[in-house]
Amino acid sequence: MNGSIRTFGTDVSAQSRLMQLALAGLLGLFVIGFVGFSHVEAAHNAGHDYRHSMAFPCH
Amino acid sequence: MTLFRNVVFVAALAGLVAGLFMAAMQAYATVPLIIQAESFEGAGDGHHHHGEEAAEGHSHGEEAAEGEEGWAPADGFERFFYTSMANIVTAIGFGLVLVVVSEFAGGIAGWRQGLFWGLAGFAVFTLAPGLGLPPELPAMPAADLGARQTWWLATVAATGVGLALIVFRRTPALAALGLVLIAAPHIVGAPQPASFETPVPAALHHDFVVAVTVTNLLFWAVLGTVAGALRARFADEADAAQKSFA
Repeated sequence: MNGSIRTFGTDVSAQSRLMQLALAGLLGLFVIGFVGFSHVEAAHNAGHDYRHSMAFPCH
Repeated sequence: MTLFRNVVFVAALAGLVAGLFMAAMQAYATVPLIIQAESFEGAGDGHHHHGEEAAEGHSHGEEAAEGEEGWAPADGFERFFYTSMANIVTAIGFGLVLVVVSEFAGGIAGWRQGLFWGLAGFAVFTLAPGLGLPPELPAMPAADLGARQTWWLATVAATGVGLALIVFRRTPALAALGLVLIAAPHIVGAPQPASFETPVPAALHHDFVVAVTVTNLLFWAVLGTVAGALRARFADEADAAQKSFA
């Protein structure tokens, strides 16, 4: 067994599980941050209506 | 990295479905109001931010005449296309956060649990920050962007942690701490503009607040439900496959 956990249809060690979940979570936060919060002008303009529609602070 | 792959797969599929659904709802419910509000830009006293932002180099669209404007999608299909892309990409982002957080709580067991996770996402990402910073239309005054973004992020974090303490830690003390965390950002208060004067009619803004809140509710409900249904199916199939090899 060596401490493996059965989760989401796969066997992983506790450490590997934590690492993989953290990686996936950070990827998600990065994507939201870039599209919703970036001050880069082109990203802001492309996502303008989206930001307003999601009530993200805009302008 | 099988777990990572599975999480990304479920989040991507749920995000694609929910993002497309959200883009369709926005095209009908929120974007027409945004475009209507843009006709008030530059028309009234309450509107200072565009002038300032143009100097900083980020404003949008139709003020190209002012010069120093960067690229912006053309009105019509191109603008709709980018809004849709932003919806799909961030829906996958929200899906990743939702699936990852729920994995730490044992994983979503099915579509119905997923629906509740979606409602939690709505409370954390829309309801809580929307109390202090209601959805805003173009041509409306607002406080400093950085300050609002900081308050928004802090409110989302505090509400998420507070909700988790109430749901997953079954002691009165931690439940009370959870409530304090949820209330705290509103006691501190969101950054507000010096003046609320705006040429945007109050009725238009009211319609927009309702449209944003309801579309977000439906978005989160779909995202959570689809993620829950997919996750349950995925885990079942993988378990069945493993048993057949055992």
